[in-house]
Amino acid sequence: MKVTHMNRINTLFANTRQKVLSVYFTAGFPNIDDTLSVAKHLEKAGADIVEIGMPFSDPVADGPTIQESNKQALDNGMNLELLFKQLEKLRDNVSIPVILMGYINPVIQYGVERFCQSCEAVGVDGLILPDLPMAEYLTEYHSTFEKHGLKNVFLITPQTSEDRIKTVDDNTDGFIYMVSSASTTGAQSSFGDEQKSYFEKVNGMELKNPALVGFGISNRTTFEQATAYSAGAIVGSAFIKLLSKSDDLENDINTFVKELKG
Amino acid sequence: MKYSVDENGYYGKFGGAYIPEMLYPNVEELKENYLSIIGSSDFKEEFDKLLRDYVGRPTPLFLAERLSQKYEAQIYLKREDLCHTGAHKVNNTIGQIILAKKLGKQKIIAETGAGQHGVATATVCALMGMECIVYMGKIDMERQRPNVERMRILGARVVPATSGSQTLKDATNEAMRHWINHPTDTHYIIGSVVGPHPYPDMVAKFQSVISEEIMNQLEAATGSPYPDYILACVGGGSNAAGAFYHFMDNEKVNLVAVEAAGHGVGSGESAATTALGKPGVLHGSKTLLMQTKDGQVVEPYSISAGLDYPGIGPIHAHLFDTGRVQFLNATDEEAMNAGIELSRQEGIIPAIESAHAFVALQKLDLTPNDTVVINLSGRGDKDLETYIQWGKY
Ligand SMILES: Cc1ncc(COP(=O)(O)O)c(C=O)c1O
Repeated sequence: MKVTHMNRINTLFANTRQKVLSVYFTAGFPNIDDTLSVAKHLEKAGADIVEIGMPFSDPVADGPTIQESNKQALDNGMNLELLFKQLEKLRDNVSIPVILMGYINPVIQYGVERFCQSCEAVGVDGLILPDLPMAEYLTEYHSTFEKHGLKNVFLITPQTSEDRIKTVDDNTDGFIYMVSSASTTGAQSSFGDEQKSYFEKVNGMELKNPALVGFGISNRTTFEQATAYSAGAIVGSAFIKLLSKSDDLENDINTFVKELKG
Repeated sequence: MKYSVDENGYYGKFGGAYIPEMLYPNVEELKENYLSIIGSSDFKEEFDKLLRDYVGRPTPLFLAERLSQKYEAQIYLKREDLCHTGAHKVNNTIGQIILAKKLGKQKIIAETGAGQHGVATATVCALMGMECIVYMGKIDMERQRPNVERMRILGARVVPATSGSQTLKDATNEAMRHWINHPTDTHYIIGSVVGPHPYPDMVAKFQSVISEEIMNQLEAATGSPYPDYILACVGGGSNAAGAFYHFMDNEKVNLVAVEAAGHGVGSGESAATTALGKPGVLHGSKTLLMQTKDGQVVEPYSISAGLDYPGIGPIHAHLFDTGRVQFLNATDEEAMNAGIELSRQEGIIPAIESAHAFVALQKLDLTPNDTVVINLSGRGDKDLETYIQWGKY
């Protein structure tokens, strides 16, 4: 696929020598108005990408921590209309790449075209929609995403065949989300040999896109293990846990990011 | 067949496989193999034998004379309530467990609402000596306690789904999460014509034994294999899909599906998906779905745990969309009254799910020459507590 837009994601990977840290949090969590400030604190603390979760009632790919944050965000009143309103000032405050992550149904109800317009208007760079299959993406969504400068991020897992990884790579212009193990999202304390050999295998495939490892990254050790053979890593559940017990977001986020990146 | 699934897994604009990549290899493995396995003579032989000797098929087609007199039509009951374990659900679990064995799987997971599918799954796992885990909403475990104990007696582990609303939808979420975490050795036996392709088609095929038998039995009884009407209740839609299957392309046969209206379609406490739902994506397929304007899934309500689901199978969304099937709904009260009426008129206490189908008799404009087949999907033993609490008998 040809590179049509150089957006913030492409620029980041073109210019960075270090391992990239992407941090996921749920919009409207822990409090409804925290979305923008959490993103701002993350950038200030040194995160390279932020992934903002669009909460859904039935997040099947998520473990208990992110399920709970989705539920609380919905109870707080979060929805896409409100999220885009909160993000109107995104680009006055945040300059790193911003990705929206969530399930496809709320996007369909908002309207796919309208959703992409809203993303472009507020300065979103990419999308991760785990339950949007590649086949449907290519036939029905790809051209709309592209028109609005949005990079779609596909997932691969230890069970994904090499052929399919190549197809994913061919249809990606940004980065690939490498799910660390057969699991839903959730923090774990270390990676085993099986995961390390999977990281090595994918690394050895010399894909054109960088890969970020996600699921189970919780601290400096897991971050280093995950990035030994990849361009960077994604942290979600561990960060949500931090947010849910923090009473000083700015300070705690700063410490969290510094400790991860070393 | 005009209403069957296309090569991409769609029924018209509904269906597909909207699953996270973590489940892609499992679902792909099924998709690549299910047709050749269930078409093989090996499979057919084992399936037919178990349906005959273990489930007790063919189930009778019974001319309900007193009911016929009352509603002035020729009313036949397809007695799925006489299947081993008490409902049609076992037709599907027999098929899927043979398939799972052929795919080399050692462990089985399932979701259940009323517990009928859970019991049918625990039963076939005991039969085949396979490990079985059933996810069930915590609230459903409380209201369907006898079925929980049946599953445990059969050796299954019943795991409460404590997330969300703690009912069938959440049990399904938990089963999918379990599958994501155990992708290689486990087969997920979905209990209705829902989920990602190929599940809806596969489950419909296993349940199609119902309509195949209806054709043969009706021909023997009346000289024609085709009734004027077939009535069935719809939760996810597996008993309806099975009862409609061989009649879908014959437009002379009126197909009627009855959904659960709960306290009434406009009451805010209902499970009448075609009346209240919009196209959306849940549990791996695009279908009609009860949801808020923001696309969050709405909690349904019905007195019957087996119909308490916010979606319907994509095949039914398509049959509704094309007008091929007429969709009616029945309130809790109408269904309970119909259940008691069937008990008094014919000596059969139906499952409350099935009782919903009988409500259509009052709503259709039947004439004395009409032949009507009602799919009596299950028996009422599991619902005794609900009948007792209802009290009006
Ligand atoms: C007796 C009976 N009928 C019907 C249903 C609803 O399921 P389906 O619509 O898939 O037939 C159930 C589900 O538990 C059931 O137990």
